[in-house]
Amino acid sequence: MTPLNIVLNILSIGIPFSVSLLLASLGEMFNQRAGIFNLGCEGIMSMGAFLGFICAYYFQNTALAPYVNLLGILAAGVAGALLGLLFALVTVTFHAPQGIAGIGLQMLGIGTAGTLFRHFVGGVTGIPGLPSYPIPLLSKIPFIGPVFFNMNMLAYLAFLLVPLSHYILFKTPWGLKVRAVGTSPRSADTMAINVQRTRYQALAVGGLFAGIAGAYLSLGQAKMFADDIVAGRGFIAVALVYFGGWSPYRILGGSLLFSIAQSLQLSIQVLGINFPYEFAVMFPYVLVIVVLAFTRSAAVKGPAALGQPYDREKRI
Amino acid sequence: MAPTHEKIRELRVEGITKRFPGIVACNSIDLTIGENEILALVGENGAGKTTLMNILMGLYQPDEGKIFINGRPVQFKGPADAFAAGIGMVHQHFMLVPNMTVAENIALGLKESHRYFRLDLPGVKKRIAEISERYKLPVQPDAYVWQLSVGEQQRVELIKTLCFGARFLILDEPTSALTPQETDELIALLKRMASDMSIIFISHKLAEVTALSDKVAILRQGSIVFKGTTAGQTAAGLAALMTGHEVVLPRNACIDGYGNDCLVVQDLYVKSDRGFFALDGVGFSVRSGEILGLAGVSGNGQKELADALAGLRRVEKGRISLMGVDLTNRSPREIIDAGLGYIPEDRINEGIVPSFSIKENLILKDVASPKFSRGAFIKSREEAQNAALLQQQFDIRCSSLNSMTGALSGGNIQKVILARELAREPKALIAVYPTRGLDMGAEEFIHTRLLELRAKGVAIFLISEELDELMNLCDRIAVIFKGKILDILTRREATRPTLGLLMAGIRQGAEKAAVEG
Repeated sequence: MTPLNIVLNILSIGIPFSVSLLLASLGEMFNQRAGIFNLGCEGIMSMGAFLGFICAYYFQNTALAPYVNLLGILAAGVAGALLGLLFALVTVTFHAPQGIAGIGLQMLGIGTAGTLFRHFVGGVTGIPGLPSYPIPLLSKIPFIGPVFFNMNMLAYLAFLLVPLSHYILFKTPWGLKVRAVGTSPRSADTMAINVQRTRYQALAVGGLFAGIAGAYLSLGQAKMFADDIVAGRGFIAVALVYFGGWSPYRILGGSLLFSIAQSLQLSIQVLGINFPYEFAVMFPYVLVIVVLAFTRSAAVKGPAALGQPYDREKRI
Repeated sequence: MAPTHEKIRELRVEGITKRFPGIVACNSIDLTIGENEILALVGENGAGKTTLMNILMGLYQPDEGKIFINGRPVQFKGPADAFAAGIGMVHQHFMLVPNMTVAENIALGLKESHRYFRLDLPGVKKRIAEISERYKLPVQPDAYVWQLSVGEQQRVELIKTLCFGARFLILDEPTSALTPQETDELIALLKRMASDMSIIFISHKLAEVTALSDKVAILRQGSIVFKGTTAGQTAAGLAALMTGHEVVLPRNACIDGYGNDCLVVQDLYVKSDRGFFALDGVGFSVRSGEILGLAGVSGNGQKELADALAGLRRVEKGRISLMGVDLTNRSPREIIDAGLGYIPEDRINEGIVPSFSIKENLILKDVASPKFSRGAFIKSREEAQNAALLQQQFDIRCSSLNSMTGALSGGNIQKVILARELAREPKALIAVYPTRGLDMGAEEFIHTRLLELRAKGVAIFLISEELDELMNLCDRIAVIFKGKILDILTRREATRPTLGLLMAGIRQGAEKAAVEG
């Protein structure tokens, strides 16, 4: 293999890897911009992965067969949004500590998905999953084409969501409200912005994204379901939001960096380079920690009220 | 509630009562404000002024009582209802989102700029330009709020309130963070604006009240104790009504008796939390038996200087010494043992441990000394004796010395800190905004103690933004601006105008010298 081929190979594995991270961390970005950090992301992804899988599995031999993937994605997204609202109920309305509530949601999601999977399916079962859609012309470009323009629909959607999220956050009234309630909820309240409602909405959007991120894992990537299919990606997504300074483009950069590091460590193993396998597996995670440690927090620009419940009648 | 454009000829509140756990913040308050009137609402901290205004804005719901506009009862479920009725408020802690631009901040509350998928920022900027033109309030719509000075942020607050269509303005302690010049400008502006609208002006600075208002209402412990026209009232008379007794703040009359240089700071460079230099070559010395004041608008390096002196922030360059002993970048323990007392700015979080009892807080700096401990154990009898003695000496008012210190009033917390620091007989004392937010009785007590300490030959470094406090107490006053000491004046040279100009960064002597040279 030529060096070029190796690089292209790493990219063609790494870029699809980044999709679920990107979707989940964009969702988490909306949560955090509104002042809530949702550690339950992992649990929502797990439920999304299961629901995506089960729709495809159950309906693959029925009249719905052509639409099973779409159905799975929809189910995952709706369930994710509902779990986001549940999280909002607990943290926004009842002021539960967000860290603890997040861990609870994570366990709830993973546990429920695993239990339902064993009840309805049982063992390892494959599904056809999402097909690739080569984009006409673009996918014919030598070298780049097959890497960037031969992915499934969810992957294209995820990359489109980056500029779209940026637009929503910075150019729409809703984005303005989200940023305000996450930075200075009392100021927002005095300007007649409904802090609680805006936070509910942001958490629903965050949950929707996380649910779809989960569906991508089962339908687009693994084409099966297993209990540990999410494998910590939900937590990595939370870290990537900090890493990306709550900005969609920088979050895209972070997702690509981590996924390409992941794919690099796989190729180190595949290529038989004499490097201890344990360290190779560690590499992407160590990279995230190192980068996080050296990132100067963009405190001026970030959501200053992150993690704080808002109570109008509390005296300041 | 649909917005009305009816003029507010009269706003009346009747029997407003609001209770918080443990206190009655507002107790059956009646007030009436007529068209084009300026009402000053005066009272000490915790008297209930802000609570009452938050009720008028719909931020708090009153437990009892009613609000009437032009004789009709209204009910505000939230700020949106108050806006719709034409009431706007400039809060003491500005209600601006720092990481958004001026225009975005105003767009946030301007519902007509909220199109479904787009924010109409050009429309908002046009509205800002109109208001800014009409009231002569210059502002940069594209600047981020965190980049603006306090005075500029206040202008943004005013414009914002006017953009929302306020015809009745409430200002909560609008001058508390302004320089004397900015204060004068604001007072002139409010007088102009009163021809268009009614204004409620909250303050505890009585000179401003007499200069600006038509009517005055005084709140004490949640109740109105005085209502009347401002004409004919004096600042001293209002002060007596506000506190319930006559208050005479002590003054420093001595001009000699100084010892040698005690606390010496040379060419100090210290970084702020954001990483730039907050102190840019600061130097001064305080002699024993002298009070050196540090005047300046807060945020010009005072916090970093106090931190560096107490050993809580790294000194990048320069030297701090106490009685000839080098204390640069020493640990707080070494600095305390060298004889430096410290009254921090944030009395609740830095001055005490709020959940500890009063007697524990009183020995916090000496837990390891043989006086209060034997091995790993605290000598509880000595601890209790110490607390009882200090309670008597410093008039600490509490139900029990075992009760939680954080539950005390601000004045009593400050007395606990003062008692602990003074009982250790320091050689020098750093006092950072020691009377900020305290009532006049507590202020009088603290000033008296500082002067007694000065007479005992202690060097005192007093950081304050209250010019009266500095001019009453200090032997010399240094002025800090953007991390540099612009000048150090003796008490005789220090007048309000000279200090005010220096605090705004204008150095007359230097200009004169430049012209002459």
